[in-house]
Amino acid sequence: MESALNALILIGNYIVVPGLAYGCQLALGALGVTMIYAVLRFSNFGHGEIMSFGTMLVILATFALQSAGLSIAPLPTALLALPAGIIGAIGLCLLLDRYVYKFYRQQRASPVIYLIVSIGTMFIIGGLIRFIIGPQDRNFADGERFIVKASAFKANTGFSEGLAIKTAQGVTVLTTFAVVGLVFWFLNYTRTGKSMRAFADNEDLALLSGIDPDRVVRITWIITAVLATIAGTLYGLDKSYKPLVYLHLLLPIFAAAIVGGVGNPLGAIAGGFVIAFSELAITFAYKKVAGYLLGDGVLGDGLLQLLSTDYKFAVSFLILVVVLLVKPTGIFSGKTL
Amino acid sequence: MTKPTKTPGLVSQQIARLSPSQRNILLFAGMGLLLIIVGIAQSWNVAFSILNMCLISAIMALGVNIQWGYAGLFNVGIMGFAALGGLAAVVVSMPPVEAAWAAGGLGVVAGLAIGIVTLLVSMLRWRRERESALLVGMLIWRRGQGWGRWRYAVTGGVVVAGYVLMRMLIDPSTMAIEAVDSARTGYLGGLGLPIMLSWVVGGLFAAAAAWVVGKISLGLRADYLAIATLGISEIIIYVLKFEDWLSRGVKNVNGLPRPVPYEVDLQNNSWFVALAEDLNLPLVDASSLVVKICYALLFTVVLLAILWLSETALRSPWGRMMRAIRDNETAANAMGKNVTRQHLLVFVLGSAVIGIAGAMLVTLDGQFTPTSYQPLRFTFLIWVMVIAGGSGNNWGAVLGGFLIWFFWIEAEPIGLWFIDVLTSGLPPGHWLRLHLLESAAHTRLMTMGVILLLVLRFSPRGLIPEARR
Repeated sequence: MESALNALILIGNYIVVPGLAYGCQLALGALGVTMIYAVLRFSNFGHGEIMSFGTMLVILATFALQSAGLSIAPLPTALLALPAGIIGAIGLCLLLDRYVYKFYRQQRASPVIYLIVSIGTMFIIGGLIRFIIGPQDRNFADGERFIVKASAFKANTGFSEGLAIKTAQGVTVLTTFAVVGLVFWFLNYTRTGKSMRAFADNEDLALLSGIDPDRVVRITWIITAVLATIAGTLYGLDKSYKPLVYLHLLLPIFAAAIVGGVGNPLGAIAGGFVIAFSELAITFAYKKVAGYLLGDGVLGDGLLQLLSTDYKFAVSFLILVVVLLVKPTGIFSGKTL
Repeated sequence: MTKPTKTPGLVSQQIARLSPSQRNILLFAGMGLLLIIVGIAQSWNVAFSILNMCLISAIMALGVNIQWGYAGLFNVGIMGFAALGGLAAVVVSMPPVEAAWAAGGLGVVAGLAIGIVTLLVSMLRWRRERESALLVGMLIWRRGQGWGRWRYAVTGGVVVAGYVLMRMLIDPSTMAIEAVDSARTGYLGGLGLPIMLSWVVGGLFAAAAAWVVGKISLGLRADYLAIATLGISEIIIYVLKFEDWLSRGVKNVNGLPRPVPYEVDLQNNSWFVALAEDLNLPLVDASSLVVKICYALLFTVVLLAILWLSETALRSPWGRMMRAIRDNETAANAMGKNVTRQHLLVFVLGSAVIGIAGAMLVTLDGQFTPTSYQPLRFTFLIWVMVIAGGSGNNWGAVLGGFLIWFFWIEAEPIGLWFIDVLTSGLPPGHWLRLHLLESAAHTRLMTMGVILLLVLRFSPRGLIPEARR
């Protein structure tokens, strides 16, 4: 019995807890991608860099607050600095929309042109970020590091496996629930949110009923910028901040949006968790779990790892491939593609 | 009605009056002039190494132009296809490592065979083809209609079982291979054939990968192809980085055989020494220059061949059909053209050209370094080349390849010089000046983005626009 519980704790520590946090981060990212897709009808390749840009501003603000001696310990100071990043990211998105995307919207350009343009913006934002903060690793997490420490868990419960919950993970889950709740409330119950959904559903009909398209687009960009900054900051707190990593996050985020059904907010959330848990479950080495459940060495002395962690991004790709082959509209049937 | 009078105006006005073909000649002549200026101002060695890379870039741009310009397909995975070409150079040309083959060659081959069989079986099971039922008779356990709802379970089961079996065979073998003299080899090596053969093989590798990706993601929205190619290219690079038994991973493969003479051999050659003396060049410079010229000739032949083939294809009925599909898919479909099938074909062809260029690049470098494959350098730079040069026009793609590569190389010195001038008012140790000089390397990223956006906005047809037919 105890060994079975130990196996459960092991899985909880290495898959469930990090998966929840990572899933929340991906869900927030995918929600941004999916909103842009629903309203502006293109896949924004610049989304990773927008996340990175917002996070960079948060980091700079955090450093400023730290040197001013302000903190909200035991919570990370970055939460206090979040508004600065959000405002900066909103500014960036609105500028991009005004000076880049608006032109193509008026031209009614094809989605492929939007894709290329979004890649152009990706370069520019990426270059800007590296210019301002440099390409190196930044650790900006402060305050209490753990909510539950592995050693304390072991001492209190007497199990031989420990369960650790990082503060960043707790903060991630709580923030995500709050933000997602707000977004859904906004979309379903406010007039602006309803007009956004109407616009996403049928552009012509929405225009006909007097919805201002520019306003809808602006608000979409604002929500996207908020979501991107929060997602990026939470990811940075949980792991660490490095500009290149955000480029690599693009694939899991897109995969999450597509798995859930592009253009469907609920699908984006579900997709984020599907991708996160599959990534961790497939790259986890089950050797110790098997040892607890079946006895040491019953299944040979391999690591019992389906895929080495080096290939964790391949997991999102594989899921993407399966979805494209089996159900291209995603689990929640997003836009008919 | 006023007749336009012929007054000698500004140079730009004169250029605007030129016929398209005269303008193109002028553009290419200007490009040649830039290279000649580098040859005189810096050195001919630098000029020729830029030229060689220009030629390879032009071939890659041609490949992308086939996909984008002919068919409107957006491939964000150029890097992966180029890297597959590079792998072909290693696999074809390096001498085989006998000890590694003895240690685990059989296991790896058997494992890979099982992997491929698994894929085929699962694909065939999935499709419910009767022929497949005969082929894999032992897997058939329910005939007829009734097994439809078992489809997911059976296919999934086949994949998992095949994968586990493959890993059980491959894992010990790769460990054994990587243990064989890991400082010098630690991989299977290649076939020991002439490296120029790898240009063809590289094209085949890339074509095979493109077929798989295209089969999955074509026929859906354009975004899906973009995302799928982005994914596959990252995965290819990860495989090349981490599968040491195949490509030595981050340990790199050095000293690939060459299709042209070695500098050292030239320097020991008496007639070459005499030639260098006649030309009044230092021996070392002369030898490396000759090697570069040999490469340039080889690459030019390949470029011209591919260019001729693509131009011929573009003018043929097939080219007309591709343009029709690109400009109006629905109409082409209504005319009975199988759009998805043609897209797949053109995607595979374009990727094969990229693979050829990838193999040529590794041949030129003489080494295979998986870490050198960066999306900015191998995917987005090529895109900028095609868009700036003129999408849909092969000559435009070639010119874009030359021009953008030239500025890619020369942008950093220019950027450094610019920042130096800009901050010359500040004291030498000022933090802003230091920060700017330090970050000058990142200006490339921004410059490429700005060029891409500016061209798309103000001159979407590029330097040499697609000809009206």
